[in-house]
Amino acid sequence: MSPDALATLPFAQVEIEQRSGESCIANDGLCPGWIVDNLGDYATPLVEHIYLTLFSVVVGFVIAFGLAILAHRRAWTMRPISATTQILYTIPSIAAFFLLQPIVGRGFMAGAIALIAYTLFILFANITTGLQNVPADVKDAARGMGLTDGQLLRQVELPMAIPEILAGLRIAMTTTIGLAALAFFAGAGGLGEPIEQDIFFKSNVVIAGGLCLLLAAISDLILLGVQRFALPWRRAQAT
Amino acid sequence: MTASNASTTDDRQPADERRQQAADLELCEISKLYPGQSDPAIDKLSLKVEAGEICVLVGPSGCGKTTAMRLVNRMIEPTDGDILIDGESIRDRGPAELRRHIGYAIQRTGLFPHLTIADNISTVPRLLGWDKQRIDARVDELLELVSLDADDMRDRYPGQLSGGQQQRVGVARALAADPPLLLMDEPFGADDPINRERLQNEFLRLQGQLRKTIVFVTHDIDEAIKMGDRIAVLKKGGKLAQYASPAELLTNPADKFVEDFVGADRSLKRLALQRVRDIDLWKVAEAREGERSEDVRRKFEDSDLPFAILLDEQRRPLGWLSDEAVRGERVTNDTRSPATPHIDLDDILRDALAELLSNGVQYAPVLDSRGAVSGVLSLEVIGRFLHSAPTESRTGAELVMDDPEPIPGEGDETPENTGK
Ligand SMILES: Nc1ncnc2c1ncn2[C@@H]1O[C@H](COP(=O)(O)OP(=O)(O)OP(=O)(O)O)[C@@H](O)[C@H]1O
Ligand SMILES: [Mg+2]
Repeated sequence: MSPDALATLPFAQVEIEQRSGESCIANDGLCPGWIVDNLGDYATPLVEHIYLTLFSVVVGFVIAFGLAILAHRRAWTMRPISATTQILYTIPSIAAFFLLQPIVGRGFMAGAIALIAYTLFILFANITTGLQNVPADVKDAARGMGLTDGQLLRQVELPMAIPEILAGLRIAMTTTIGLAALAFFAGAGGLGEPIEQDIFFKSNVVIAGGLCLLLAAISDLILLGVQRFALPWRRAQAT
Repeated sequence: MTASNASTTDDRQPADERRQQAADLELCEISKLYPGQSDPAIDKLSLKVEAGEICVLVGPSGCGKTTAMRLVNRMIEPTDGDILIDGESIRDRGPAELRRHIGYAIQRTGLFPHLTIADNISTVPRLLGWDKQRIDARVDELLELVSLDADDMRDRYPGQLSGGQQQRVGVARALAADPPLLLMDEPFGADDPINRERLQNEFLRLQGQLRKTIVFVTHDIDEAIKMGDRIAVLKKGGKLAQYASPAELLTNPADKFVEDFVGADRSLKRLALQRVRDIDLWKVAEAREGERSEDVRRKFEDSDLPFAILLDEQRRPLGWLSDEAVRGERVTNDTRSPATPHIDLDDILRDALAELLSNGVQYAPVLDSRGAVSGVLSLEVIGRFLHSAPTESRTGAELVMDDPEPIPGEGDETPENTGK
């Protein structure tokens, strides 16, 4: 998103603190004392951010999963679904946050729907790739031993697609955590809100921005852990 | 339970057991035309495979071997014709149910990389709803059957196994639910020649115990000759060129196509069908140290070699005796050369020939399973065999047997014995 676009956006700058006293704060500096005193104020935006991200990724995953299974079963649906998710992905996020407001109203849902739309492309692409990467001879052997299509999917294809699925989830999580910082445009709150409220105050930006990064890092670490735990066969092969 | 009830189950028991162990298979005028193709991949193919036999489908690439095999478990649906297993049409059974009762092993094994070896092997038993105890016991039994260490292998993943080990697991998995019929599509195809040879031998030994009905696909005529009780040679378009025992195929190819496919070296290939014990070996004068030389010299009359072999107390060979050794009153241990290599009575003739050639000798003693000398194999003996007309009774089927008993009395009828 270009800085021009930001500048033309009609939002009001709101002072969140009185800055008369200390010079550090008056200079919009990085003030440890202020940070310690005001950290608690960021709890609500943080929780909002987490909730928005998790909700969007979970719902996005459920939808993408359903679509991926559909595309896997009915090959002809692959292209239209893939194209649609791709188009959704290319809509600029800010535009989506604004465009949704007249339809679903300002607030959480406007933010969440836009974020869900973004995750679809990443998740759908990764799940279908995972399913397609299952070697033909493995599927042939499975069918040849009498697994039904459902058993093949549940016992072979999906478990074997887990690496790609988890990779997709990791990208979707970090991307969504980043994009959720803009969800305040839709009135959905999150860590973007305090940033936007005083974008020149370094202490403010560092806390909010730092929490964003920390969130992304922690979620990625958790998924990395899941990946290692869920894929003993991959680990075994590596050693 | 009433007495009459009990007697009916008793009557059925043997028949059921036999059916479980091996099934009769019959392809009746089966045809397959793939959609969008002008010529059928399989054209009115009829084949009968007796229970407990290995039927090898062999032929050039693209002739329809895989297609024919996959028609049997309905991985491919025929355009025409029918297939009967124990007289029942496969059309009457659902594909999944049918497949669970037919073993299936393919070239690249198709092992599930995300499951342990134990879970891979127990795929079909799990589908059939066996309980955990029975499955665990079966997994161990199968691993042992395919010469893998159960404790070591059970919890490994396929990615941690060598190619040969993976193929053994593939075979174990195909055998898991003890199916009466097995389909194998180039199961040893991915291996290097040495490994492949070992897997083939192991599998034949296994089949000696199991006696399953097996449809075995290969494009390699040597493998076909080695593995098959009966060989179906297919031509392009899935036409049956010849269906015969390996020996029959080698001696009487039905037409030019089969003759070319079998190869110009088909008389040499016959060597692969015989064991050393099947042919008439040279006789040799046997001697022990300290024996009266005169006795030994008398044995020369009946011997094909002009000198004697020195044996120990267990009749194991110590060396070829020099002329001086039997010149005095008592036999000395003066040998002209060590009597090596040692050929085993159960060796395949081709391997024995290779052994002679690689050791640069014309002849070598043949030992029985206890290591005692039972004759001498020479290049001349093999040459005589190659020129002789093949005997009808000797088929590849006998090769499959683990330990064929020599036909009693056969040796006594030879002209040398009766003539002298
Ligand atoms: N799914 C398919 N659709 C169309 N044609 C096919 C299909 N599978 C096989 N064929 C064709 O049918 C013929 C027989 O194929 P098949 O795989 O049975 O040959 P094969 O004898 O097993 O060959 P190879 O030794 O190379 O494995 C070939 O001409 C092949 O191109
Ligand atoms: Mg094939």
